[in-house]
Amino acid sequence: MRPFGKPAAVALAALLTLTACGGGEATPAAQGPQPLRMTIWTSNEAHLKLFNEIAAEYKKTHPDVGEIKFDPIPFESYTTTLTTQIAGGNAPDLAWILESSAPDFVSSGALAPLDETLGKAQGYEFGDLTPSAVKLWQAEGKLYAYPFSTSPFGVFVNTDLLKKAGQKTPAEMIEDGTWTWEKVAAQNAAVEAETGKAGMVVRDFDYKGWDNLATVWGGWGAQAWSEDGKTCGFDSPEMVEAMTFLHKSIFTDKAFPGPGTTADFFAGDSAMTITQISRASLLQDAKFGWDLVPLPAGPKGEYSVIGQAGLGVFKKSANAAAATDFLAFFTNPANSAKLAAYFPPPRASQLTADTMAKSNPLLKPGQLQKVVIGGIEKGVVKPNHTGQAELSQTVRAALDPLWQPGADVKAVLDGVCAKIQPMLGA
Amino acid sequence: MTGRAAARPAPGGRVAGSGDRAAGSTGNTGSAGSAESAGGGGRIRRARRAPGGGGGGRAFWTVRRRDNLVGYLLVAPQLLGSLLFVLLPLGLVLWYSLHEWNVLAGTFEFVGGENYDRLLADPNLGEVLGGTALFSVGLVVLNLGLALVLAVLLNQRLRGTTFFRTVFFSPVVVSLVAWTIVWQFLLQDDGGLNGLLAVAGADGPNWLRGEGTAMLSVVVVQVLKNVGLNMVLFLAALQGVPAQLYEAAELDGAGAWTRFARITVPLISPTILLTSIITVVGSLQVFAQIAVLTQGGPGMSTTVLVYYLYQQAFQFHHFGYGATLSVLLFAIVALLTVVQWRMRRRWVFNET
Repeated sequence: MRPFGKPAAVALAALLTLTACGGGEATPAAQGPQPLRMTIWTSNEAHLKLFNEIAAEYKKTHPDVGEIKFDPIPFESYTTTLTTQIAGGNAPDLAWILESSAPDFVSSGALAPLDETLGKAQGYEFGDLTPSAVKLWQAEGKLYAYPFSTSPFGVFVNTDLLKKAGQKTPAEMIEDGTWTWEKVAAQNAAVEAETGKAGMVVRDFDYKGWDNLATVWGGWGAQAWSEDGKTCGFDSPEMVEAMTFLHKSIFTDKAFPGPGTTADFFAGDSAMTITQISRASLLQDAKFGWDLVPLPAGPKGEYSVIGQAGLGVFKKSANAAAATDFLAFFTNPANSAKLAAYFPPPRASQLTADTMAKSNPLLKPGQLQKVVIGGIEKGVVKPNHTGQAELSQTVRAALDPLWQPGADVKAVLDGVCAKIQPMLGA
Repeated sequence: MTGRAAARPAPGGRVAGSGDRAAGSTGNTGSAGSAESAGGGGRIRRARRAPGGGGGGRAFWTVRRRDNLVGYLLVAPQLLGSLLFVLLPLGLVLWYSLHEWNVLAGTFEFVGGENYDRLLADPNLGEVLGGTALFSVGLVVLNLGLALVLAVLLNQRLRGTTFFRTVFFSPVVVSLVAWTIVWQFLLQDDGGLNGLLAVAGADGPNWLRGEGTAMLSVVVVQVLKNVGLNMVLFLAALQGVPAQLYEAAELDGAGAWTRFARITVPLISPTILLTSIITVVGSLQVFAQIAVLTQGGPGMSTTVLVYYLYQQAFQFHHFGYGATLSVLLFAIVALLTVVQWRMRRRWVFNET
C-alpha cells in the first residue's frame, strides 16, 4: 500500500483536469519495451561506461527491455534519497545497497529473492559465490541481493614522506615482522614531527563515521556489538584498550590528524591512509611513491575488514521479473570479470591475483594477493545492524566526548553502551 | 497591511467594504470594455440591466454574479496552490502522525496516538527543544540587534554608505549551502578563522567540535547570512520617520539616546514586529546550516527540532514519528506567531 497514493492521485487528477494537460494513462498497459532504472552511488565515468556497455549488450538479445538507466545518487545521502524515492512511490527497479543498510533492506521484504533466477540462469555458476561474501545478503536461506563488490580495507602508504622522515618502508617492516599498530603509530608520529604533514588518516571517519574505526579496533579483537547483534561491545576490555591506544595516538603522539583537521592522502597531505582498494584510481597521477599493504597487526595478530555493496531488485517493481533477469546477466561470470576492474567479485574462481591484475593495472599482483585475496578470505564485514542509521547516529553522539584531549575513555565507552544497549536488546 | 485594517473592528469593516467596491468597479470597467469591443449593443443591454441588478432575477448573470465569478477566477490559482501545497500536506502530516509507516516493507498501519505517546516519552526531546530554543533566542537577539545597529549607522548621508549597504546585504543573495560550506572551512580547527587568531597571538577553539562553540558558530553563520535582509527593512522604516520630530525633540533638549528610544523605536515598531516574526519563524526552520556544519553534534548540542525531524523520518525511517514531530513544530510556530501578533497592541505604535 502506498499512503501517498490516494490523496496525491486525487489532487493530481484534479490539477490535471483543471489545467487540461493530462498525459493519458500513467502506465501504458504492459506492452512495448519496458525501461529499467538502477540507482547507484558512483558517478565515475569509467564505471558508467562499463555499465552502459553491459546494458547495451543485454538489450541486443532482449528487445522487450527498453532503456536501462543507471541513476547516480551521491554517496553521502544515498540511502536517505533511495528511501525517499520509495516513500514517494518512485522506487527504482534495481538498486545498489550499502552494507550498513543491508540488514534493514534484506529483512524488510522489500527485495525480491534471487536464488531461483540466478540458479537457473545458463552458465551462471551460482555455487561459485563465496559463502562469506553472500552471508550479509541472506535471510532465511534466501539471497536478496548480489554482493557485487566485496572490497577489503588496506593501507596506502606515501613512501616518499616516510623516507623524508627517515622511516623504514612498509615492505621492509612486513619483512621484519614489525608491521604492527604500535610501530606504525610511531612512524606516523615521526612523520608529523619531521615534515609537518599529517600521519595516518582513517578515510571517511572524520570523527563522525565511526564504523570506519573497525579497521583499527579489529587488531584488538574488539567489536561494536556481538555476532548476534544483541550485546553492546563498546565497553569490552578489548575495545577500551583499542580506543585508549587510538586516543593517545591522536592527542598525545599526533600520529592521526585531530578532529576538525582535513588531510587528503591522495593529494600528498598525509603519510598513510586506510581505505578500500577501489580508491587506487585516485593515484593515477600521483606525484609521490606509494605502496598498498594490509592493515597492521594488532595485539591480537593479523586481521582484515571488508566493506560490501549489494545489488537487489525491488519486489514491488512492475518489471521485477525483467529486472531480476537483467541482474543475472549483469553479474554472470563474463560480466563479473569485467566489473572486477573496480569491484572485487564474490566469485571464488575469479579471486586470483592474475585475473584481478588484468583489470587493476595500478596494482601489482603481490599487492592484490596480500590485500585483496587474503583480505576477503578472513575479512570481517564493517559493523552493520537492523536500524543501523539510528544506532550509528546514537553512537556518534555518545562517542563525541571521546574526541577531546584528556577524555576518560572507559567512561565514554560505558556511556555508549548505556545509550545503545536498549536499542540492541529490542 | 490589509490584515491590520481588517483587525480594526468598526472602521475595518468599512475599509474592507470600500475595497470590495473598488474591486467591483474595476471589474465593471473591465467587462464593460470587453462588451464594448464585442459590439455596442452589449453595452446598452448591460447599462439597462445594471441598476436593477439586485431585484431583477430575470437573467442569471447579474453584474454582481459576474463580478464574483471574475474575482473567484482571479484568486483561483493562488487558492488552488494553497490547497494543494499547503493545506493538503498539512492534513496528510496529521494523518501520517497517526500511523506507523514502514517504507521498506511497504506497510502503513493505523496506530492511533502511539506516536504522540512516544513524543511525550522521548528522552531526547528535552535536549532537542532546549537546543532549538537556544538557537532561536540567540539568532533573534543577535540578528535584530545587529540589523538595527547597522541600519542606524548606514542611515546617514555619508560617502560610501551605499557601498557598505551592498556589502552587508550581499550574503542574502548568496546560495545558502555555498555560504555554509565556505564557513565550514573557515571554522575548522586549522581553518581561516583560527589562522587569523593565531596571527593575533590567540589560540582559537575547535569551533564546530566544542559543545558551546558549535551552537555559537551555527548562530553566527546564520546571522551574518541574513542580517542584511532585516537591515534593509529597518533602513526603509528609518527613512519613513519624519525629520521634524527629531528637530522638535532636539529643541526640547532630548539627547541622542532619548531621541532613539522615544521617537525612532516607536515609529519603526511595526517593522520590528514584522522582522521579529519573520526571524523567529525562520530560526525554527533552520536546517541546511546544521546539516552541513555539525550534523547535530557534538553530542546532541546542535540537533534542533527540524534536524531531529529529518533524522527520524528520512534517516531512521520513522516516518510516522517524523510527522508527529512536524505537528509539534507547526504548533510551536503557530503559537509563537499568535503570541507575537497579540502582543503588538502593547508595544507597536499605531495599533489600538
